[in-house]
Amino acid sequence: MTVKLKEVDAVVIGMGWAGAILARELTLAGLTVVGLERGPDRRPAEDFALPSIRDELRYQQRLELMSDNSIDTITFRNRPDQLALPIRRWGAFLPGEGVGGTGNHWNAMHWRFLPDDFRLRTSLTERYGVNSTPATMTIQDWPLTYDELEPYYDRFDKICGVSGKAGNLKGRKIDGGNVFEGARSNEYPNRPVAASEGGLMFGAAASSLGYHPFPAPFSAASVAYKNLYGVTMGACEACGFCDRTACEANAKASAVTTIMPALRQESKFELRTRVFASKLIYDRAARRVTGVLYTDLKTGTEYEQPANLVVLSAFVFTNTHMLLHSGIGQPYEHPTGKGVVGKNYCYQFEAGAAALFPDKELNPYMGSPGGARMIDDFNGPNFDHTGLGFFGGGYLTAISGASPPIGGRFLPPGTPAWGSQWKRETVNWYYHSVRFNTQGSVYAHRDNYMDFDPVYKDALGRPLLRLTYNATDNDHAMSRYLLSKLEGIIKAMGPSHYEMRPRPKNFSVVPYQSTHNTGGTIMGSNSRNSVVNRYLQVWDAHNLFVMGASTYPQQPGYNPTGTLGALALWSADKIRKDYLKNPGPLVHA
Amino acid sequence: MPDDSIARRDFLKGASAASASVALLSVPQTTPAKAADGPGAVKPQDSNPPAQAQGWLTLTMDEVAFFSAVADSMIPADELSPSGTDCGIPVFIDRQLASAWGAGAKMYRSGPFHQGLPEQGYQLSLTPREFFAVGVRATNDWSRHSYGKEFDRLGPAERIAVLKSMEDGSAEIVNIDSKGFFQRLLAITMEGFFSDPLYGGNRNKASWRMLGFPGLPATYADKIDQYRNKRYVAEPQSIADFS
Repeated sequence: MTVKLKEVDAVVIGMGWAGAILARELTLAGLTVVGLERGPDRRPAEDFALPSIRDELRYQQRLELMSDNSIDTITFRNRPDQLALPIRRWGAFLPGEGVGGTGNHWNAMHWRFLPDDFRLRTSLTERYGVNSTPATMTIQDWPLTYDELEPYYDRFDKICGVSGKAGNLKGRKIDGGNVFEGARSNEYPNRPVAASEGGLMFGAAASSLGYHPFPAPFSAASVAYKNLYGVTMGACEACGFCDRTACEANAKASAVTTIMPALRQESKFELRTRVFASKLIYDRAARRVTGVLYTDLKTGTEYEQPANLVVLSAFVFTNTHMLLHSGIGQPYEHPTGKGVVGKNYCYQFEAGAAALFPDKELNPYMGSPGGARMIDDFNGPNFDHTGLGFFGGGYLTAISGASPPIGGRFLPPGTPAWGSQWKRETVNWYYHSVRFNTQGSVYAHRDNYMDFDPVYKDALGRPLLRLTYNATDNDHAMSRYLLSKLEGIIKAMGPSHYEMRPRPKNFSVVPYQSTHNTGGTIMGSNSRNSVVNRYLQVWDAHNLFVMGASTYPQQPGYNPTGTLGALALWSADKIRKDYLKNPGPLVHA
Repeated sequence: MPDDSIARRDFLKGASAASASVALLSVPQTTPAKAADGPGAVKPQDSNPPAQAQGWLTLTMDEVAFFSAVADSMIPADELSPSGTDCGIPVFIDRQLASAWGAGAKMYRSGPFHQGLPEQGYQLSLTPREFFAVGVRATNDWSRHSYGKEFDRLGPAERIAVLKSMEDGSAEIVNIDSKGFFQRLLAITMEGFFSDPLYGGNRNKASWRMLGFPGLPATYADKIDQYRNKRYVAEPQSIADFS
């Protein structure tokens, strides 16, 4: 028996970054908004408090903040001819759960994509010719430009209190910042946090090789900061517990630290937690959705919440799954390449390294991810790919902070993993290691996609989403190139030992690699090549907007969240300015 | 066989008593650190009995003996730290396997079950508690078959040889992927050694003292430049110290 509720102006599904932004912006426009969240509420003063929050076992090993696989998961296989099996506990990637979502436990690397990332197909054609990319590489231009998005990047910077140093201010290049970045209208809201010693060593070595190192763009306040929504953030304590953990100091930006404090005061907003949205109710003839079905996990009751406007802002997998389950949009068919829902799944291609410096005292538990130094000389459009045999690239970095004792130890290759010698070596080296990463792009491939699993079901009896994904030849060639450049920098740093860690040929869901999943509900210029238009409005349902990295046509060589927030603000602005006055398709194509 | 099992019961009683008496010499993990000024500080025992004396939540005595032997092989006592058992690792494993995590919380457990490919990850229906129960029994069966006695009754050199043969996969334990089982044994042992003492392992913050990991205070914004290329030294503090 489904209980039908009173209609509201808007429903937001998933109260992570994008959901909180839309809820804030739509209530500011005078709409009544209901936020649906499958996980618990997360209130920093209670849930992220000292001393319990600094618990490596609970948060980093037992994954306290991650979503519950027993309720809902995905199945996985490397190739279309294999049997997909469920991911029974998260490993390679770690989607979050609860208010704030995955944005609670991120490492807060806050990037903008490059101007040419938004016109990828066009720029590769201009530089390398019409047939330069393989036919299997299903990349396309974004339907908006960097310049159009820049004001919203700027606003998101000011919501997050981002710390960093500009390298391109209104077209003027500034040494010490990222000279490759697109023009920024303003400097970062806050100065960079203190650099880690490993970061400074990396920066010096990179400079000696002629590269252009700069401080990490870090989505945390280096000093106390009052943000665009009037919320005050604390200063980063450099505690070393960012990764997989939430911030006790209210310094790391997340929806709960930067938006929810304002939204909780808003009388037009109602938050419903531990509710599982199962389906959008779709009126195919009218090309709109009329509401959302959800099950309250606290009572088992199913509700229908009618709404004039629906924002789907869950994780990549849930967004795609929801459209498939609701019959909205043409599902991607792998054999023919037709259809769009589930198409162009991409998974950030990160590969790392570690090195040991016996003469340095590196206090490995001290610092924040923002203390890193990086170079962007080998990101996608920033270098010539002629003759290299691949496209794309990424940034290189020496990681800062986050070497807690269970997960943060590195020993010279060949050292035993246990016993007396292991113990001696562990003590010898704990203070002397630096870890590195390459954040590689992924240019979509026709064989990497999502559809329904034919066997396994979620807790509501719906078919699970099935992921078919493997690393491509282009990914591996790109990554080998980045690692060769990184190795050059590491050698210039003068370690006693180092180890490069290329990704294995086949992707595995077991070891953690990255939570940067994209695609499935991609944006584009028309309904044949995409699910949503440039305003993230669904072509087939004009009052449905899909937020998040599921809308990226392919993945540039950067962490996705900076662009995710900017796009949410861009979409919200269009809804406020135009859609509410005249509901209907915002793009005719 | 009857004689053997009687002997074994006696042995296990002895092992249990020995570990309890060792525990009496350690600082109970519930002692507030403000009162415990470093290694060797001993508090009166009467109001604060050590964890081992209170019994086991889920482990059988055979499992206690097994995990103790593994912990002491992987983390032998030396000048750097007490043995794995004296650091409380069997207590840690007992509590972890009795926890929601050990019972398979947040784990997708619907069938059908297939072996799958390594890339597809763990595909068994077993919870961590069940997985370790199966693994310990199978390893002891194999040890009895190959060496004539259970793993915990082997000498130090034999234990190391067995663990190495599991680590490289050459131990042909029936119905068990010995390499996979070894990796999970190593992981849970190291978690017990290095996690906050709250969970029963890392007693007296032995591993944190060994590494020079200061634990919780962790407000370093003003210390990064001050301690640049200089080792920061502080008495480690744990969750209990602030609770």
